[in-house]
Amino acid sequence: MTITANTPPSSLPEFSKTPTGITGLDEITGGGLPTGRPTLICGQAGCGKTLMSIEFIVNGATLYNEPGVFMAFEERAEELALNVSSLGFDLASLQKENKIKIDHVHIQRTEIEETGEYDLEGLFIRLGHAIDSIGAKRVVLDTIENLFSSLINESILRSEIRRLFHWLKDKGVTAIITGEKGEGLLTRHGLEEYVSDCVILLDNRVNNQITTRLLRIVKYRGSVHGTNEYPFLIDEDGISVLPVTSLKLEKDISKKRVSSGVSSLDQMLGGSGFYEGSSILVSGTSGTGKTSIAGCFTYGACSRGEKCLYFAFEEGHKQIIRNMESIGMDLQQFVDNGLLQFHASRPTIYGLEMHLVSIHKAILKFKPSTIVLDPITNLTTVGSMSEVKSMLIRLIDFLQSQNITVMFTALTYNTVSDTLADEGISSLVDAWIQVKDIEFNGERNRGLYVMKSRGMKHSNQVREFLITDHGLDLVDVYIGPDGILTGSAREAHHLHEKTGEALQGYQMERKDREILRKRLVLESKIASMNTEFESVEEELNRIYKEEELKKGILDQNRKELTRIRHQSNQGSKQAEGETNNE
Amino acid sequence: MPLDLKDRTTTPTWQLPEGQSGVITLTLYVAGASPNSVRAISNITSFCEGHLKEQYSLEIIDVHQQPLLAQSEQIIALPMLIKQSPAPKRRLIGDMSDTEKIIRGLGLIQI
Repeated sequence: MTITANTPPSSLPEFSKTPTGITGLDEITGGGLPTGRPTLICGQAGCGKTLMSIEFIVNGATLYNEPGVFMAFEERAEELALNVSSLGFDLASLQKENKIKIDHVHIQRTEIEETGEYDLEGLFIRLGHAIDSIGAKRVVLDTIENLFSSLINESILRSEIRRLFHWLKDKGVTAIITGEKGEGLLTRHGLEEYVSDCVILLDNRVNNQITTRLLRIVKYRGSVHGTNEYPFLIDEDGISVLPVTSLKLEKDISKKRVSSGVSSLDQMLGGSGFYEGSSILVSGTSGTGKTSIAGCFTYGACSRGEKCLYFAFEEGHKQIIRNMESIGMDLQQFVDNGLLQFHASRPTIYGLEMHLVSIHKAILKFKPSTIVLDPITNLTTVGSMSEVKSMLIRLIDFLQSQNITVMFTALTYNTVSDTLADEGISSLVDAWIQVKDIEFNGERNRGLYVMKSRGMKHSNQVREFLITDHGLDLVDVYIGPDGILTGSAREAHHLHEKTGEALQGYQMERKDREILRKRLVLESKIASMNTEFESVEEELNRIYKEEELKKGILDQNRKELTRIRHQSNQGSKQAEGETNNE
Repeated sequence: MPLDLKDRTTTPTWQLPEGQSGVITLTLYVAGASPNSVRAISNITSFCEGHLKEQYSLEIIDVHQQPLLAQSEQIIALPMLIKQSPAPKRRLIGDMSDTEKIIRGLGLIQI
């Protein structure tokens, strides 16, 4: 038996999909809606069913060269054209070019009398003619369920709708059928029973007075698809389903470092600052200088000639510029030369998803290398912390893919430093800097900690964080037996040390002088002893010389004596001899 | 008063109410030779012949032949009978087997 490869043979027909052209939806569905089959889009009133289907038709006509028929059971063609003109869709001219056909079906129940058996052949003829006249590949029926309120005989309607969907499949058109959400059912009249290929559910959820639109693919026969609820939004560019959390953590990363804008902070971060494309969290209680750090970071980035986007959720951009000016940083120059852009808005202006998409759009338009979000905690006014977190995950994913460095500031409400860790935000970021109030000796000072910094050696020391007229600075705190000292206590300690030094110096000097004096005394003593020694030596020398002289003289004398004796000896010998001879 | 329409010997005659006069203009839209269409044609012609005598004009249109009419006349369900005049314009759908509803739908009164 031969083992065949796992890949299916190429002769298998490929599941064909029709792209919707709606941002994000084609990604979730893996290419679009099933070609040649009907898709049901359901949801409650005002959730964007009609808009999604009209985008499908218009995109088909303009982007994919697939003409489409839009059969409206609710709105008149003119109303529809007017409603979507704000999105830049020119239905009238598309109709003139025979790229789309809009047919408004209108039945008034009061005008109609049912006098026996009937069928919906009229609808079939009408739709069939519309499809054939422009060669349509796409069909939208919005909302066919309206027929249930116009016609009484439900059993006829049901069998006719079933026949319609079969007929659409036979025609080979990719169809969207919209349906209003019913109680306990996806649609009011159970249309999902007849449309079994693809069902998309739209939802409109209001939380804290702020609406979030959500999309979910309930089923998609014969295809893998995303199963989550995906937030989407409707703005002047139509529908965009937001970029979703990428499942894989496989991204190219940079080893390049970027300065934090404060050189002493860079020193704490292994000497060269953050990694490019990383995410940095600056947290602290109010008034600890988070915005100043963010401003410094911005200033640093712009000074290097990089583009920076600043999203402010608390202060207006003029306020930030003024405040940064007070610590010696002129951000206005960068705004003027186009390196810096501010996006200041109140968080409550729209929901989290809208914030996310507006951030996305701004980034894609401006293409910055650095962005600042100040502060992210303000976003909790429009969503719970877990929602903010899920938004940030998606934002960080996106930023990493674009290799953009991001700095978030976060306000902590109490002195417990773990509040953010509990929410799990700290685990998302690559570097976490905490600024903390240190209250001591009747004053507040700022202590700065590097809580974490992935992939680099960083200081574990707390530094005192100073905001001066010339920017930010970090100084070593004094760590003594009584704990760490900051601010005036540290200064006092320095003064104390100085006094001590002065006193000690004086004492040393005195000792030095004493030693000098002692040395002089000793030296004079040595001198006197030297002279004494010299006199003794001289005396000794004198004696020695005398001795030598004496010895010399004695020697001489002896020699002389010897000589003389010798001479006299010879004489005596002679005499003796003479005597002997005698 | 219950209507006994089956009694052919005392066939009642129907006419337009007071103030309305002229010929009742009717258009019947059908879909080819579908069973409903065939039934509707025979039902409406026998009703008109039996009850309206010379007061009507009936036109039968096959929508398959003129599909554009489907859109302009807002045709969905077939067969459909439209009373074009006199006003008000009325629409009747079905195979026209329910004579009582036709009479009510056309707004006729018994003489």
